[in-house]
Amino acid sequence: MADKPRDVLFRPLFDSNPIALLSLGICSALAVTTKLETASIMCLAVIFVLCCSNVAVSLIRNFIPANIRIIVEMTIIASLVIVVDQFLRAYAFEISKQLSVFVGLIITNCIIMGRAEAFALQNGPGLSFLDGLGNALGYSVILMVVGVLRELFGSGSLFGVQMFALAAEGGWYAPNGLMLLPPSAFFIIGVFIWALRSWKSEQVEEE
Amino acid sequence: MANDSVGRTFSVALGVCLVCSVLVSAAAVSLRPTQAINKTLDKKRNILMAAGLLKSGEVASGERVEELYANINPRVVDLASGEYVNEVDPVAYDQRRAAKDPAQSKVVPAAIDIANVKRRALHASVYLVSQKGKIKKVILPVHGLGLWSTLYGFVALDARDLNTIRGLVYYEHAETPGLGGEVDNPSWKALWDGKKAFDENGAVRIEVIRGKVVPGRPETQYQVDGLSGATITSRGVRDMLRYWLGAEAFGPYLAKLKERGVS
Repeated sequence: MADKPRDVLFRPLFDSNPIALLSLGICSALAVTTKLETASIMCLAVIFVLCCSNVAVSLIRNFIPANIRIIVEMTIIASLVIVVDQFLRAYAFEISKQLSVFVGLIITNCIIMGRAEAFALQNGPGLSFLDGLGNALGYSVILMVVGVLRELFGSGSLFGVQMFALAAEGGWYAPNGLMLLPPSAFFIIGVFIWALRSWKSEQVEEE
Repeated sequence: MANDSVGRTFSVALGVCLVCSVLVSAAAVSLRPTQAINKTLDKKRNILMAAGLLKSGEVASGERVEELYANINPRVVDLASGEYVNEVDPVAYDQRRAAKDPAQSKVVPAAIDIANVKRRALHASVYLVSQKGKIKKVILPVHGLGLWSTLYGFVALDARDLNTIRGLVYYEHAETPGLGGEVDNPSWKALWDGKKAFDENGAVRIEVIRGKVVPGRPETQYQVDGLSGATITSRGVRDMLRYWLGAEAFGPYLAKLKERGVS
């Protein structure tokens, strides 16, 4: 485990990206990336939940009995997610309508549980916060890349602003319907992992 | 380890539960008023869109919505008789909740349940849109099954003939974005304006066809372009209009309105 704060924060971005290397949290990456707006709100929600849950778990790490530690972590995560969901419903109603169940499903996002188990239980609150932030940003990088590609080629727009004139409205671009369906996110993440591993060849598993 | 003793386990579990429940309930209680306002505003916004008083995608402040909404008079209708129900407060009446309550709803027999609504409320909300003191449009709530989800929306009829459609908007659905989700597309919604819902015999004739409508034919006035790649959603839209405008639902009400004028 890298213990330098810098490493803890930046390593999860590309070197040990939670989605690309650890294959955690893919489910939500498929579901909310058809539009950048929803993807970015999802990223913010995950950043908040992951940072807070890591700090909270780390604060009580010396008191948690080993036999109920998973359920304790789960309770903390679930509470944080409900708080986020309530906030979105109050202050970003339109977006919370589009995200619908996926905010609630942050509870089951494996990255959050994974980081609590793998990092926060062994490290202090400060480092755990950085680890949470780093991993959430690593998740966000992928969501943003997938979101840009899917919205641009699927709807010809970015953040809802039309970039390509659509054929249906007299323009030249015929949107790629596949991009709007969940499997396209799989393909994009696959290509992303391939690109990442060509750049950082140490991530390739030994045969 | 001392951490694993029974007492420790219970006290940690209890402590975590207490802190978390305080956190969750504080958030839920303190944010509830804002959420309730959002919900009513959202519904009003959608009614205004169906009424054509608000453009789709237009961002309107809460005050603006309230100001425009002053033109709209909500009423509650008994669907079986077509008469207004005065005992029910139209602002507080929640048709969707009523549809789930056995005392306030009825089962729609499968043979006539073309829109897959399963149960429908005995009473329905309608919204009368007036401009300069005259009623211009009648807005009726519709819902029905698409591909993945039930679509909830409003259809606006011109008050002069109760036949010409003036708008169709959906405020809640979970159809595939880009395919069935295109029910939200402003250019598709614009196609509905001016279409006729009923033929000369009073039967519901409106349909969503496959592909593009050919202009200039006698049936053109009853047809709207299908959504490409969303055959089942398009069919769902057609069926829910046929059900809700038909004799089983708003038929008696519309007949009453024609008989004695819109009021």
